[in-house]
Amino acid sequence: MSAKTLTINGKPVSAREDETILDAARDAGVVMPTLCHLDGLTDIGACRMCLVEVTGINKLLPACTTRVAEGMEVRTDTEQLRKYRRMTVELLFAERNHVCAGCVANNHCELQDVGIAVGMDHVRYDYLFPKHDVDLTHTQFGMDQNRCILCQRCVRVCDEIEGAHTWDVLGRGVKARVITDLNQPWGESLSCTSCGKCVMACPTGAIFKLGSTVEESVKDRSKLAFLKNARDKKQWVM
Amino acid sequence: MEFRGFEKFCEGRPIGEMAGITARICGICPISHILASAKTGDDVLTVEIPPTAEKLRRMMNLGQFTQSHALSFFHLSSPDFLLGWDSDPAARNVFGLIAKDPELARAGIRLRQFGQEVIELLGGKKIHPAWAVPGGVREPLSKDAHKHILDRLPEARATAVLALNMFKKMLDGTKEEGENFGKFRSLFIGLVSREGALWEHYDGVLRVVDSDGNILVDNLDPRRYSEIIGEVVEPYSYLKSPYYKPMGYPQGMYRVGPLARLNVCTRIGTPLADAELAEYRQRVGSGGIVTSSFMYHYARLVEIMAALERIGMLLHEPDILSTRVRSGGSINKLEGVGVSEAPRGTLFHHYHVDENGLIKKVNLIVATGNNNIAMNRTVKQIAQHYITNVKDGVIPEGLLNRVEGGIRCYDPCLSCSTHAYGQMPMQVSVLDAAGNVLAQRTRD
Repeated sequence: MSAKTLTINGKPVSAREDETILDAARDAGVVMPTLCHLDGLTDIGACRMCLVEVTGINKLLPACTTRVAEGMEVRTDTEQLRKYRRMTVELLFAERNHVCAGCVANNHCELQDVGIAVGMDHVRYDYLFPKHDVDLTHTQFGMDQNRCILCQRCVRVCDEIEGAHTWDVLGRGVKARVITDLNQPWGESLSCTSCGKCVMACPTGAIFKLGSTVEESVKDRSKLAFLKNARDKKQWVM
Repeated sequence: MEFRGFEKFCEGRPIGEMAGITARICGICPISHILASAKTGDDVLTVEIPPTAEKLRRMMNLGQFTQSHALSFFHLSSPDFLLGWDSDPAARNVFGLIAKDPELARAGIRLRQFGQEVIELLGGKKIHPAWAVPGGVREPLSKDAHKHILDRLPEARATAVLALNMFKKMLDGTKEEGENFGKFRSLFIGLVSREGALWEHYDGVLRVVDSDGNILVDNLDPRRYSEIIGEVVEPYSYLKSPYYKPMGYPQGMYRVGPLARLNVCTRIGTPLADAELAEYRQRVGSGGIVTSSFMYHYARLVEIMAALERIGMLLHEPDILSTRVRSGGSINKLEGVGVSEAPRGTLFHHYHVDENGLIKKVNLIVATGNNNIAMNRTVKQIAQHYITNVKDGVIPEGLLNRVEGGIRCYDPCLSCSTHAYGQMPMQVSVLDAAGNVLAQRTRD
């Protein structure tokens, strides 16, 4: 496999040809916010947090789904990118009912962390205040649509690592939401193995352990990458 | 609570979140809501929480009593007594107190800090700690925290003694306030312990007494609160008016809080506080029931002493450092009630849930709401006493201060928003029977 050389924020970087800009940037110690990316899962470029500028291309590209190329000049931290990232986070907050104070994931939430990272001190858009239900029908876990940002990490972890494909997405645009099986209550799902990987994968408090109280949902996501490595590479290393 | 929407927007939420959500009702007494909500959760899960968890919950509530009562007395109310009712309102606040009596102000501020520290050391933060949960508490007490609280107790007790002595000395000079700041007959409601009807702040049974000391209701399971308490909505206020059902509205006026708690209990159960209680009853209650709302201040100080002594007792419990502090359980009942004493009075949480534990209906009777009718009555009594010359259309400036002071006796939750540094806007109008304005005074 050949190596590619490129620059990220003016700094020369080399990467394997099958790596993405996000991989290369992280290897080079460049920090950029992500929400839908999770080590061990296929990237889908859903959240748009990792958008980068590439010289010669007049649109912004998601770093997680764009492969490196020879001579590429990548910028990850420009005024335009900062503006768009903040706008994206604000729109995520405006779309559903994210109330940190009463949330099981408060202080352990990737959306909250990203909000802080992009300097979101308020939301400039009108909140939509959609009416969403909480599904507590499962014996071990709960799902609160209000806190979902449609990153689809639950969908991918269930499909790619557990192999159950219980989760999927119903509807389009602002009406899209994740569902279990054929839009049944989670507790009635026939495919769910109750493995809890979706709980670990969820970046917010949308999917949580039943009985969790405020701030109590702490997740250990390294186990997912461990499983992936164990399965694909036969490496049982934590 | 209806107006702020808590009863409505909690619908559909998991019961485990309720302590965290309802805590946000208030920044001064969030612990009361956390505890009442956790207790409601215990009721729905039908669990018996570990003994250490109950002791730690009690300790946090006592920490809250200390900090909230210290705030009420030193920061908000003592400027009235020490600087005088007719003093300039711009200086009649905690800053004026610091200027006049820095030692007292410092002691009071440190006493409040002590209460806050108890809360923080147990729950991780001073305000809104998500610590008490259905089934118990999340974290046990650490050895370091135990030592820290124990070390600071003597200073806190000394401050309580200082404040009690100061207030007792002032009693002769505040006879007019004692007679006119809400001195009237009413009922008193509060929790007392199951055994011996001692002063209680966390659990126990409801007791109702009248102004002659007759016990109208005793040993009532708090789950049956709705048998004795009704609520009326008046068109002029967002605050509901709870009343004692058997007497109807508004005759069923009752008071809760420090004054009521000391009226309903037989004794406190700790030596220093019991001595203070006996003296309090002799000095201002003729040995029996104390009916003047001005004595809420005095009662608050007695309760600070009670809280500090009980914290000391709890710290010496052999299992206080036990790490078994949380019981598990699932939804076993579709309805639960949790009642505890908040610094301002009896607090009721009542939830209905579905079989998965999602909230279907919430009823909250918040401490200050219980005193609504009595607070209105107090304003009326102050107006009748201090407006002596209505025919000339004169309402003295000092009346406005006294109306504020009358409300402040109850230390209402509203104090957060109404007793700010500087001026409080107010309009006092005297109307005749036909509704004509005879006199008016406005402070912007």
